[in-house]
Amino acid sequence: MSNIVIIGATSAIAERAARRFAERGDALYLVARRADKLAPIAEDLKVRGASQAGTHTMDADDLDAHGAMLDAAVDALGVIDQVLVAYGTLPDQQACEADPASAVAAWHTNAVSPIALVTAIANRLEAQGHGLIAVIGSVAGDRGRASNYVYGSAKAGLAAFLDGLRHRLADTDIDILTIKPGLVDTPMTAEIDKGPLFADAERVGRDIVTAMDKRRAEIYTPGFWRLIMAIIRMVPRPVFHRTKL
Amino acid sequence: MTDAAYSSWGRLPGHEGPARVLRPAQRADARPEARDVSWLAYGCGRSYGDVPRNDGGGLIDTAALDRFIAFDAGTGVIECEPGVQLGDILRLGVPAGWFLPVTPGTQFVTIAGALANDVHGKNHHVAGTFGAHVAAFDLWRSDVGEIHCRADNAHRDLFAATIGGLGLTGLITRVQLRLKRIPGPFMDVETIRFETLADFFALSANSADSHEYTVAWVDCSARGNRLGRGWFMRANHLSGLAQPRQRPRGPGPSVFATPPFSLVNRATLGPLNSLYFHRRARRRDRAASHYQPYFYPLDAVRHWNRVYGPRGFYQYQCVVPPGDAPAVIAELLERIAAAGQGSFLSVLKIFGDIPSPGLLSFPRPGATLALDFPNRGAETTQLLDALDSVVRAADGAVYPAKDARMAPEAFRQFFPRWPQFADQIDPAFSSTFWRRIAGEHA
Ligand SMILES: Cc1cc2nc3c(=O)[nH]c(=O)nc-3n(C[C@H](O)[C@H](O)[C@H](O)COP(=O)(O)OP(=O)(O)OC[C@H]3O[C@@H](n4cnc5c(N)ncnc54)[C@H](O)[C@@H]3O)c2cc1C
Ligand SMILES: NC(=O)c1ccc[n+]([C@@H]2O[C@H](COP(=O)([O-])OP(=O)(O)OC[C@H]3O[C@@H](n4cnc5c(N)ncnc54)[C@H](OP(=O)(O)O)[C@@H]3O)[C@@H](O)[C@H]2O)c1
Repeated sequence: MSNIVIIGATSAIAERAARRFAERGDALYLVARRADKLAPIAEDLKVRGASQAGTHTMDADDLDAHGAMLDAAVDALGVIDQVLVAYGTLPDQQACEADPASAVAAWHTNAVSPIALVTAIANRLEAQGHGLIAVIGSVAGDRGRASNYVYGSAKAGLAAFLDGLRHRLADTDIDILTIKPGLVDTPMTAEIDKGPLFADAERVGRDIVTAMDKRRAEIYTPGFWRLIMAIIRMVPRPVFHRTKL
Repeated sequence: MTDAAYSSWGRLPGHEGPARVLRPAQRADARPEARDVSWLAYGCGRSYGDVPRNDGGGLIDTAALDRFIAFDAGTGVIECEPGVQLGDILRLGVPAGWFLPVTPGTQFVTIAGALANDVHGKNHHVAGTFGAHVAAFDLWRSDVGEIHCRADNAHRDLFAATIGGLGLTGLITRVQLRLKRIPGPFMDVETIRFETLADFFALSANSADSHEYTVAWVDCSARGNRLGRGWFMRANHLSGLAQPRQRPRGPGPSVFATPPFSLVNRATLGPLNSLYFHRRARRRDRAASHYQPYFYPLDAVRHWNRVYGPRGFYQYQCVVPPGDAPAVIAELLERIAAAGQGSFLSVLKIFGDIPSPGLLSFPRPGATLALDFPNRGAETTQLLDALDSVVRAADGAVYPAKDARMAPEAFRQFFPRWPQFADQIDPAFSSTFWRRIAGEHA
């Protein structure tokens, strides 16, 4: 049994992972920006067996709110064993190209905010001496591509940050997991036509829980994305520029 | 290789599909606003024909509305969102000693789908239909918004119209179901071979009081003095002390691709049935079985419906009143065998006399026969029309959840309360089934 904080608990992927935690009786603390959306999820997780499912409302863009949220989580759980950082937004790439403010906003939610949050969490876990921080990045961070490089670059910045943090904490009992999902059928991708490469949130949630249990450093989910991204990274620039990725 | 999205279990080809699909992530968002198309909820699409389809209209996919709301492990009352699947309820309930009060032959169906077809199981003779165990539900309607319907008082008319109401009375957004107590996950299953239909009826009568679950498999290729031979299966939940310690098996195989033709055809039909009939040397067998393989043998093979090939298949299920049942079932089986059609999955069961709560509920006292027919075009639909005539003459009924072709006149005879039902339909809801059946009244 672990005490787990989930930030972005209304994410479809996070909810699937949370069900696994609940089924084994973990104590959960659920953070999201919409209370109305969070309440039924917390109810469900309690029915499925979570020993606790406290909730907290917070807009992750508001960096000043992070500290109070962590205090409340510690009040509810006592010790925080694991944290899953799941929130993110898939911005409209065209809007980001046309309007610098949109690009900055996308970076704020997908990079600046989780970097601020994970910094604060890491310091608390370090003081306590143990813990695990799992963060959902994306395969989109593996190479900048015309179709979504603003989102992709924010996830890339986040991934490099996590690499460095993992390095910093290498001889402690604190583990850092970078999760790189491929294409997942969730509300985030509602507008995108679903092809055979799409995975369901259930599968990705399951992979996340397994990786957290095994204290892995980085996963691609589903696993075949590791190969796809290795190839995409290797494609020489002149060839790459002729593609529409 | 992948099946068209939002088809139904029979996979009959040539459908236009929905023009629009809503996939609400939470029940507060499950409110179709547009009025330029009609709407219909879609569960798991485990109905065989056009009941879960709304070609050219809108579907509300309830897959993500799959949260539990409450479960009282003391009383066994469970409350959940409409897209929760029966398998999820079992995973939660069985370890706490609770089981579904009624279950169809697959656990990959949603609770609201089970309600909307008022499904039945092998315990119909003692438990009635699924709807008989529904304590309450919330229904969202385009005209009045969300209303709470209870079996005992509130909105009794809509309660009766929605149970077995084929999704036409609005969107079910929450269901409260009473589970039943069980001593453990294992079943005490007895399998008895019978050589004639008369034996089937005798076994059913003898087992009705002693066994909670009864059903028979019949050899639909057998004729003459072998007509109606098969295996009778009766079971009870195994008592607590006798529970084995064996673990259930993991997920089974899957039919990955659709073969270019039906694997069930004239050449294989007879041998498949004969093999199954002679599968055991002993005429009588009794064993403990985990509930999974007992209730859901077909769930072990994902996408088994693909074996019927690209043309898909029909399922036909009828019920005929008890008095003439032996003769009428014999006539149906004889016609099927003579036509060389039918399949391998032929099921016979006696329904009890517990009244069904829905205006359009299918189960009623008598004998029910269900079987698959690989789609061979007109040859198949002509045979099914002929079966309909036999059922109509006997004053029986055909099950809409399995149907894709019955005539409107047949439906009206089978479901004489349909005008009362029609008054309760949500003005913004419709289905391919309903437009086919109700024509200009739809
Ligand atoms: C292998 C197999 C075995 C079966 N065995 C049996 C059996 O033993 N007994 C039996 O009775 N049936 C049986 N069936 C049929 C099956 O149980 C029913 O068709 C069931 O209703 C399917 O549920 P679904 O969730 O797939 O619903 P769908 O097929 O998707 O929809 C069924 C109906 O429910 C409506 N509906 C779904 N969700 C809602 C909602 N939220 N609000 C309002 N309406 C809604 C739909 O509009 C539609 O009219 C079997 C089917 C299979 C494939
Ligand atoms: N879906 C994919 O294909 C895919 C692929 C790779 C990576 N990912 C990543 O996976 C994670 C989960 O996404 P998902 O697919 O599960 O989509 P989702 O269901 O849309 O979840 C996104 C979540 O982020 C939350 N969120 C966004 N901005 C927020 C803010 N400022 N403050 C607090 N919460 C905020 C959303 O909250 P609301 O519910 O209130 O909107 C929502 O819960 C994201 O980090 C995403 O980038 C997804």
